[in-house]
Amino acid sequence: MRIHRRTLLALALATGLTAPAMAVAQAEDIKIGVLATFEGAFTVLGEDGERGALTALDEVGGMAAGNKIVVVRGSSDASPDSAIRAARKLVEQDGVKILVGPLSGDEGIAVKDYAKTQPGVTFINGSSAAQDTTLRDPAENFFRFSTDGAQWMAGLGTYAYNEKGYKNVAVVAEDYSFPYTQVFGFMAEFCKAGGKVPSKSWVPIGNKDYSSVIAAIPDDVDAVYVALGGADAVNFLTQFQQSGGEAPLIGGSITVDQTVLTSKGRLRDVLIGTPAAGPTADTNDTPEWNAFVEAYKKQEGAFPSPSLFAHAYYIGMKAALLALEETGGKLDDDGANFRKVLSSLSFETPTGKVSLDKNRNAIADIYLTEVTEGPDGNLLNKLIKVVPQVNQTLGIDEAEFLALGAVSRENPSCP
Amino acid sequence: MNADVARDPATPARNLLARIGTGHFVLAALLLAYPLVSSDFFLTQIGGYSLIFGMLALSLSLLAGYGGMVSLAQISFAGVAGYTVAIFGENNSNILGFGWPWWLVMPLALFFAATSSALIGWVSVRTEGIYTIMITLAVATAAFYFVRQNYTLFNGFPGYTGLRAPIVFGVNFRDPVPFYYMCLVAATLSYAAVLYAARSTFGLTLQAIRDNPRRMRAIGFDVTAHKVVAWFYAGLIAGLAGVLLVWFNGRISPGTINVAAAINVLIIAVIGGLKHPIGPFIGALMVVLMQTFAIDIVGAERFNTLIGVFFLAIVFFSPDGILGLWGQLRQRLAQEDLRSRQ
Repeated sequence: MRIHRRTLLALALATGLTAPAMAVAQAEDIKIGVLATFEGAFTVLGEDGERGALTALDEVGGMAAGNKIVVVRGSSDASPDSAIRAARKLVEQDGVKILVGPLSGDEGIAVKDYAKTQPGVTFINGSSAAQDTTLRDPAENFFRFSTDGAQWMAGLGTYAYNEKGYKNVAVVAEDYSFPYTQVFGFMAEFCKAGGKVPSKSWVPIGNKDYSSVIAAIPDDVDAVYVALGGADAVNFLTQFQQSGGEAPLIGGSITVDQTVLTSKGRLRDVLIGTPAAGPTADTNDTPEWNAFVEAYKKQEGAFPSPSLFAHAYYIGMKAALLALEETGGKLDDDGANFRKVLSSLSFETPTGKVSLDKNRNAIADIYLTEVTEGPDGNLLNKLIKVVPQVNQTLGIDEAEFLALGAVSRENPSCP
Repeated sequence: MNADVARDPATPARNLLARIGTGHFVLAALLLAYPLVSSDFFLTQIGGYSLIFGMLALSLSLLAGYGGMVSLAQISFAGVAGYTVAIFGENNSNILGFGWPWWLVMPLALFFAATSSALIGWVSVRTEGIYTIMITLAVATAAFYFVRQNYTLFNGFPGYTGLRAPIVFGVNFRDPVPFYYMCLVAATLSYAAVLYAARSTFGLTLQAIRDNPRRMRAIGFDVTAHKVVAWFYAGLIAGLAGVLLVWFNGRISPGTINVAAAINVLIIAVIGGLKHPIGPFIGALMVVLMQTFAIDIVGAERFNTLIGVFFLAIVFFSPDGILGLWGQLRQRLAQEDLRSRQ
């Protein structure tokens, strides 16, 4: 009996002690947390984000200023709560001093709020692109090198009005902060050019049946602006095509990316000729971009072309590594010096030069694209034009831009 | 439970100490001393979180174990309490947020949670077994979609942020140690209440109703009323957990009360074991530990598989959860003890 009890106690102690020990890395290693959606509806996107981060790490051989970089992963399911839990685990348990992530819009706002309670930790955004993550009430230690959803729309509204000749456009978008930001970016230019948006439909993420949404699109619109992601985009586009929708489309940044363009079905006819804008373009032919694509493809399970999530995580991780290199890998002053270097960092990425504004939000090039058929029959986003160095206020004076108000379902409006 | 029934009337004069039991004292001492040895992370993210989810599972286990009614909607009642805190208390989402003090908001939140639980209970006591599960699953799903679509009251997808635990008499309950003790007190209260209720006339009647409702009705008991009262109590516990949960997260959004969370509560209750109110807390600790650390063991791609396999293994080896495992182990030890004495 006594022996049994002792064995049990020993077992209990052993399991209790080894579990935390596994997470402890060596002292001289620098731990970087990567927070992405490894579960839930955005799993595929999260995994591609991680590939992007690892591509940046592989470029420098996993070392920065002679220190080995250890990546600790955290997983969320795109809900703000899960992002906070994962971030707290990485920061408070694993002790990372640099965290790259998260992936989705509202997650970004939640992590920014959390960042304020952890002044000694540096948060570098993954691909979350809600405007208010950095524009209003920003956190001193939250950096976004990947631009926001409104910036990604630069040039699209003007192009749709002037080149395509669309005067009336209906909007269909998911109902959360990232699509609000995208719609804002599109409408800011489109309405200014003289266009009208008579109807906006906000649909919940994961919606399956779009028949009522499609029925609510007015007959006299010239085009439909669609800001949906992943399966939502595929479902909407399929049903739109089946219900005989004739209006041409305008795409949000993740509506006509590779995850949608490579999907099976008869989307081809609807999609060809769809203009869109975003931080990347499939047919970008600069040597920097091609080199990035090659490096990215070495990652396990990589897509033919990196998604904008891989791109955003790559940029974020790259910024962290560059700043670590410059500070000699020192984070002992609670990362104050590291953050100072980050703030003034300006570097060449596969998609042009990136630097930060005073809110620590990126100023970078944006790509205006149009869906075309590639030489091998695949659909591709053909590069139409590069909009150079777009800032968060879209070139508008800051006070004037802030006066436009926070993005929401109602704002902006030009019926 | 049957053992309790047989023992209690026979030994009325036992002193308080013996009635509480040495096991409870050891456990209490360990839980009280826990902040001395643990980091802030283990204190709140593991300790506090386990206690909160233990309470949620306890409210389910109260209904399932003593009343025979499996409810998937406990997380929704926690959500009712959570959203009450957000709407009537302070939030920084610039929507509603009446700024009432915590001592007004908290009872209100508990009241709303318990009433809504009783209401749903009143609807679902007309069903049995799998139909109760279906009804409550429907309630949980509807609640999730409703709060996600409704912007005027629940602020839709982003929900409410900036919900913070109060500062009472100079004690800041946002700090790890006070927060942990607050969770511990709430959990202990709920646990003791369930233990006490199980041995009370009400609890015994409820168990009898679970075992044979027709006979109880024939004897003259109001079966529906007893079940609805059980739902009310379960709602109180879920509501208390809900208030702590929003203080823990500092926010509430539809993601807090989605179907995955509802299933999570059921998993915790089943893993821990429904036979004793300590089961849900053990289950919660195991589930929280797994969900937090599985990603370190197998990496980002397959950690949910590991969690699933672990749960499968527990249910496979012991249908009564971890409590059942402990029971089996104790039995085996006793047998070996006997053998060695021979």
